[in-house]
Amino acid sequence: MKTGAKIVIEGLQREGVETIFGYPGGSVLPIYDELYESSLRHILVRHEQAAAHAADGYSRASGHVGVCLATSGPGACNLVTGIATAYMDSIPIVALTGQVPTTLLGNDAFQESDITGITMPITKHNYLVKNVQDLGRVIMEAFYIARTGRPGPVLVDLPKDVCTTQVDEKSIFPEEVRLRGYQPTIRGHAKQIAKAVQLIEIAECPVIYAGGGVISAEASSELLEIAELAGIPVTTTLLGLGSIPCDHPLNLGMLGMHGTEYANYAVTECDLLIAIGARFDDRVTGKVQTFAPHASIIHIDVDPAEIGKNKKVDVPIVGDAKQILRAMITQLKKRSTAGSWQEKIRTWKQRHPLRYRSDGCLHPQYIIQQLSDLLKGEGVIVSEVGQNQMWTAQYFCFRKPRSWLTSGGLGTMGYGFPASIGAHFARPDEVVFDIAGDGSFQMNIQELGTVAQYRIPVKVAILNNMYLGMVRQWQELFYDRRYSFTELPPLEFVKIAAAYGIDGIKVETCDDVRPALKAAIETDGPFILDFRIEREENVFPMVPAGAAINEMIGGHPKQEEPEIPAAPIRKALSGGSPK
Amino acid sequence: MKPHTLSILVENKAGVLSRVAGLFSRRGFNIESLAVGTSEELSMSRMTIVVIGDDAQIEQVMKQLNKLIDVIKVSDITENETVERELALIKVSAEPGTSRAEVMQIANIFRANIVDVGAKSVVLQVIGDTDKINALETLLRQYGIKELVRTGKIALIRGAKTAKSAK
Ligand SMILES: Cc1ncc(C[n+]2csc(CCOP(=O)(O)OP(=O)(O)O)c2C)c(N)n1
Repeated sequence: MKTGAKIVIEGLQREGVETIFGYPGGSVLPIYDELYESSLRHILVRHEQAAAHAADGYSRASGHVGVCLATSGPGACNLVTGIATAYMDSIPIVALTGQVPTTLLGNDAFQESDITGITMPITKHNYLVKNVQDLGRVIMEAFYIARTGRPGPVLVDLPKDVCTTQVDEKSIFPEEVRLRGYQPTIRGHAKQIAKAVQLIEIAECPVIYAGGGVISAEASSELLEIAELAGIPVTTTLLGLGSIPCDHPLNLGMLGMHGTEYANYAVTECDLLIAIGARFDDRVTGKVQTFAPHASIIHIDVDPAEIGKNKKVDVPIVGDAKQILRAMITQLKKRSTAGSWQEKIRTWKQRHPLRYRSDGCLHPQYIIQQLSDLLKGEGVIVSEVGQNQMWTAQYFCFRKPRSWLTSGGLGTMGYGFPASIGAHFARPDEVVFDIAGDGSFQMNIQELGTVAQYRIPVKVAILNNMYLGMVRQWQELFYDRRYSFTELPPLEFVKIAAAYGIDGIKVETCDDVRPALKAAIETDGPFILDFRIEREENVFPMVPAGAAINEMIGGHPKQEEPEIPAAPIRKALSGGSPK
Repeated sequence: MKPHTLSILVENKAGVLSRVAGLFSRRGFNIESLAVGTSEELSMSRMTIVVIGDDAQIEQVMKQLNKLIDVIKVSDITENETVERELALIKVSAEPGTSRAEVMQIANIFRANIVDVGAKSVVLQVIGDTDKINALETLLRQYGIKELVRTGKIALIRGAKTAKSAK
């Protein structure tokens, strides 16, 4: 005989889980009692939101399913932001929550909250387990659903009595998962793949637009191969950074609101756009009608609902990006794009590089560049949300997939610090940096306690502008500099860290940046860097919300008029659909 | 923008209705009617949902529904030859005398049954497609409809073809 709690722990172990992030409470006492003697490593966070973000960071850094655990009611509710963050970025996590005993369900019992109801719109699926007989199967299904198809969070709600009930040892875990309502498409449609290959072969000015799906499908090497084979430049979304090495000649950097000028120009003028694991988010497309206006579009995605959701596509291919790209590569002959297209992109890159003033002041972009230079593409870089996130995306040279963790879809301030904790447990031998703003860092600053307790060697680089910088930037640009509630009083982060027994340095000049970063990297334990940056530095270029992406503020004046490329490709599409 | 009839097979499990209904409200799709009940298999329920939208919206609805783990099969049966039925109960003011006689006459024409007779009202039960029930409702308004309830449309494809085998 075995208790439900024991089945939970065994279920996790069967799935290969080694580390979980959690916080105890009344209704999860039976599970915590099992954890007491189990070989699973449990990291006690200081707030359940951090447990969810840590599970998410663990998952992004490792490619495996992250796990968090919280008690019923307030504990479960505190997970919500973390679950929504994972959902928006399609990150596989399993969230386990305690629940009041089944006999009290629906009674407004102490610490009861309908967490399956609350998380229905922000989970891929969720379960309320009312019968211990179902528990083994549910745990298996939860992991299976989380990691397959389009990955995402799954929540399993565990009433206390289900965890204490004994069950016969046999037949707890089924042989395999069988879900008749869930059969994700893996292999792309052969005809569509052939059509895509045909388009690539006649395109003169193609661009690949790669998203987080490339990373979750572990398809970065295929991406690189196809790009090189056909000479196609690649732009990535915020979540796609790292899928192609930043210094690769075909890399255009990030596109969209704070993308590079050349990426946005290239997309605007291309005749073929190959979207891979990306979802035409409004932060990427700007005004969607003017996004890639001359292009035929191939869209590769594992989720059929993303295809045609925001933008009409010509060649939809549903399935696993890695397999589809493999199939395309075998059919594609080596070729190069039009010489004029290559020339154009070269010129754009030369004339419109990312830039900032170099006047000896402490600019955040300089800090990111120095860090990038010191780490040489190694390590895991995590960010908070706001300007800090965009400067890192723009100026850090990412060379590998899963080296960049950031909350893209939800844009959750406070994500970075706990996610770095998760990243450390996924990749214990690598340097983990959280690039933070002073606002965001304070959203989960309590995790200094976790980091101190376990001596987790994450480094936090606070780009401290004493503002909620990104909001201030919008107020500066669009609200007549009326800084309504965006100024933050100065704070000595180094002293706060010291109270936890964590080392840190305050940095106020350019000259001190590199030595301080080095000190952080060389320190064994956690480290806090408080960079007092130029307070009103902005993130440029910037596409104002709702504008076309080639209309950027803070860009260089454009010298050549965009010309519409001749489009033999359009004719190749049988009755090509209008955009 | 026109009404589409979706026939949806779902797991017969707690919470499925709220998953489906939640998806509609969250994504801003308008449900015209929804009927749910058991199906040919004990472990499945069938929902018939009438939803209004253009082709792109309906495609999105169906794709999003398909993503729900508890949804087994979604079929848009609008373009098929179908048998469609809806049942309505209508409580109409009908004083003994002229109006009652007229109401009963109308009921007769529509093959509606009088299922309850009160001192000042009668309850009609009518079965038919949506248009027929709409027509009866309109006619009865002049007498005063005190209460009305409709089941929402249910539908099956005619012939041997089934929603499961349809595209
Ligand atoms: C939880 C949460 N609340 C509010 C916001 C809105 N928001 C976006 S960026 C930002 C400012 C971030 O300030 P800070 O962390 O100091 O970073 P900076 O932009 O200065 O680098 C705010 C408030 C958000 N993204 N997340």
